Amino acid sequence: MSIQVKDTSIFYGDFKAVEDVTMSVKPKSVTAFIGPSGCGKSTFLRTLNRMHEVIPGAYVEGKITIAGQDIYGPNVDPVAVRRKVGMVFQRPNPFPTMSIYDNVLAGNKLNAKRMKKSEADTIVESALRGANLWNEVKDRLGKPGMGLSGGQQQRLCIARAIAVQPEVLLMDEPCSALDPISTAAIEDLIHELKSDYTIVIVTHNMQQAARVSDDTGFFNLKAAGQPGHLVEFNPTKQMFTNPDNPDTEAYISGRFG
Amino acid sequence: MSKIDPSVDDVVQEENMLAHATLPRGAQWLVGVAALALGGLAVVLGVGIVGAAVIGVLAFLIGYPLWALLVENKRSATDKLVTGLVWTAFAVAVIPLIWLIYTVVSRGAATISPEFLTFSMRSVTGDDQGGLYHALIGTLIVTGIAAVISIPIGIMTAIYLIEYGKGNRLAKGITFLVDVMTGIPSIVAGLFAFALFTLIMGPGTRFGFGGGVALSLLMIPTVVRSTEEMLKLVPDDLREAAYALGVPKWRTITKMVLPTAIGGIVTGVVLSISRVIGETAPLLVASGFNPNLNTNAFDDSPMMTVPVFIYTQLSEATAKGVEYAWGGALVLFILVMVLNLIARIVGTIFAPKTGR
Amino acid sequence: MTVAADPGADPGVDTKSELSGRGSVGDVVFRGIAVTAATLILVALAAVFIFLGIEGIPGFSVDAQHYTGRGSFLGLVVPLLFATMYAAVLALIVAVPFSVAIALFISHYAPRRIATPVAYVIDLLAAVPSVVFGLWGAVVLGPYLVPAHTWLSENLAWLPFFDGQPSGNGRTLFTAAIVLAVMVLPIITSICREVFAQTPRLHEEAALALGATRWEMIRYAVFPYARSGMVSAVMLGLGRALGETMAIAMIVSPKVIISLFIIGTNNPQTIAAYIAQGYKESTPDRLSVLIATGLVLFAFTFLVNALARWIVARGRAK
Repeated sequence: MSIQVKDTSIFYGDFKAVEDVTMSVKPKSVTAFIGPSGCGKSTFLRTLNRMHEVIPGAYVEGKITIAGQDIYGPNVDPVAVRRKVGMVFQRPNPFPTMSIYDNVLAGNKLNAKRMKKSEADTIVESALRGANLWNEVKDRLGKPGMGLSGGQQQRLCIARAIAVQPEVLLMDEPCSALDPISTAAIEDLIHELKSDYTIVIVTHNMQQAARVSDDTGFFNLKAAGQPGHLVEFNPTKQMFTNPDNPDTEAYISGRFG
Repeated sequence: MSKIDPSVDDVVQEENMLAHATLPRGAQWLVGVAALALGGLAVVLGVGIVGAAVIGVLAFLIGYPLWALLVENKRSATDKLVTGLVWTAFAVAVIPLIWLIYTVVSRGAATISPEFLTFSMRSVTGDDQGGLYHALIGTLIVTGIAAVISIPIGIMTAIYLIEYGKGNRLAKGITFLVDVMTGIPSIVAGLFAFALFTLIMGPGTRFGFGGGVALSLLMIPTVVRSTEEMLKLVPDDLREAAYALGVPKWRTITKMVLPTAIGGIVTGVVLSISRVIGETAPLLVASGFNPNLNTNAFDDSPMMTVPVFIYTQLSEATAKGVEYAWGGALVLFILVMVLNLIARIVGTIFAPKTGR
Repeated sequence: MTVAADPGADPGVDTKSELSGRGSVGDVVFRGIAVTAATLILVALAAVFIFLGIEGIPGFSVDAQHYTGRGSFLGLVVPLLFATMYAAVLALIVAVPFSVAIALFISHYAPRRIATPVAYVIDLLAAVPSVVFGLWGAVVLGPYLVPAHTWLSENLAWLPFFDGQPSGNGRTLFTAAIVLAVMVLPIITSICREVFAQTPRLHEEAALALGATRWEMIRYAVFPYARSGMVSAVMLGLGRALGETMAIAMIVSPKVIISLFIIGTNNPQTIAAYIAQGYKESTPDRLSVLIATGLVLFAFTFLVNALARWIVARGRAK
């Protein structure tokens, strides 16, 4: 499932948040977005599954295709897009009224999809195994999801996202609210998930981008008050050793941001 | 911030600069006992209980700050005075509450009997035994109608305001109108229902459904407000999580947002019912009064309710009427308290579980 | 939510794929229900105005005999409006200091162990139906206050409020104002309590760190912060007192007059009580007079509430 982005700009009402992004995300790889705060990388990430539309007045110009299908084409239902493109958020957000088991099945349950108990059990187990959480929670699946530690909650949210079998997984700074040990667990998990999913991750942490990603995009503001834009998009190795753009080098070597 | 005398030589100074004369510990109790004694003395001298209490309180309010003024300073005295005033205000305000509850319970309990609860006032004259059965049934019916109208409209409106209309014109207008509705005097709500059904069904129409409509006008804004508050408490994170799983908005609302907020919503609804169940003025105008049992809210005849029963019994101006009014007051009081209790219990049961 | 149409859509790309819309019927229906409910409120309020208007406007000019001996609508409504305002203001004079003090008691003075039950008890006071207050005021408090009436007329007769023959049963505006005060007290208290509790801790601690006493901390850190909230609390209490019917209708023996005298047998009549006591009358003319006075009450309370909101909005804008 490759993602093609062409000349895409994002607006909030009159305000242009991101300008003219063009990139090509390789299937079954990890792509990281880095850049200073407020440069639009999270905003851009959210346009890949149309989550930006939650904010009234937000709209996109340009063209984004996933596996050849225009996700902003006529008759496209954003709900259907989100089923293909899952998302994990900055702060872990399990549903407080649901048990661990129900949280994993939330995507199906909230859509009132009927399924056999055995079928549901299989989905829960494979999703939790996929999220490296099964061994820690298999004895307390009926307990509330809010009772887990922060890192476990985040892995539960990843399990919830992969339980609906998306093809792309977006992660919006998934480790920024976690401690180093939980972060390492999530990074390991990202490595494993790469064989099944196309992963796009936004991160503030350049070492993390260097550790987990195959390609990296560097976003920056042209100037204060100006829209954000994609400065450079290259394989991670090249980006961190020999970037094309002097701004990228300045950012990576810690001279600003 | 006590003033430091510049002439004092720092080196020679051996006294602790932070210490200054203060009232002994428990000074307030000492003054309190003295004030109490003064009040007691006043009683002995033949001043009434109320007068003595006033004297005692005044003695405390003056004595305590005065002592502070003499020993400490003016600022401390002001502080002590305000502390005394605040405590006094609290004590004074509790008096009517206890007095009211005591009278309602003691005088009402003397009236309430199985007969009082199971008889209507049909053909009751003089000292015949009658009761408020008809009014109790009427109250349940009228309040039930109000609830059936208000709860769905109120909750759906709140959902519109929070989930769909954030910041648009219609939502702003509705928010404003809900504010306006909150301020409608209850008797005007009654007049509205009366005027409405006078036009539809002919002059002088007073019936149960009219009362229900009047009450729902008062109930809707409180339901909207409380539901709105509860929906606001559901974090946007959770909505986004559901959307990101490919769940349509309406399912997100019905299956995730509402279940998360349900405890608070139910509490708010029950409290709003307890608010309108005691309303008198609108029912007086819109559903009228009737000594007989009437169980058909849509029939063109008045329906009695407990608050109106209390009012009409009091206006009889007979000893028995007053007695029955107290009985009705206790019944109404119990209804309201039970509803408040239910609201509290629901609130605790559904309180968000963290599970930690 | 505008999604910009893509002008250069590649015809080769199959957009009618699995991404096509399907589940949106539920969304449309559910949204429709929500919008309908919200619109119903608009319709209901419009209906209140229209029906009260249709039934009430004739009441502005019916035969002079229907205005309770006051000759014209204005002659009737001016004294009623005066009394409505007067009773409410009297109640507030009693209630506001107590409410603020109790709110302070709960938020800053009482130990936690006492504050929580006190807050609960005050909320309980708000739950008591007004008809029960009215009964208590008429049967218990009124007679109890007769000596106070006598004392006031004997000792404070130089004030216009107490200059005259005192009532023998205590069913006066004086008693009613006290009952009304007890009724609005919980409203004002609970709002003030909330605003006081919201004072930023930093401000309070800053004041205490400068060596302020508790009262100085409240005066310089809490009150300035809470001012607009307190004003709106008082206005809301005023709105409640203006519309309160039963307590006054049951306690006061009224007459349609303008008078400051509040401890006699002829007390100024308020609009709400006037309507409640006239509700049995069935001639259409009298009814439209009652409805017309109701309209005036509605408009008046609306103005008061609008003023309260405006004050709050202005306080927030600062």
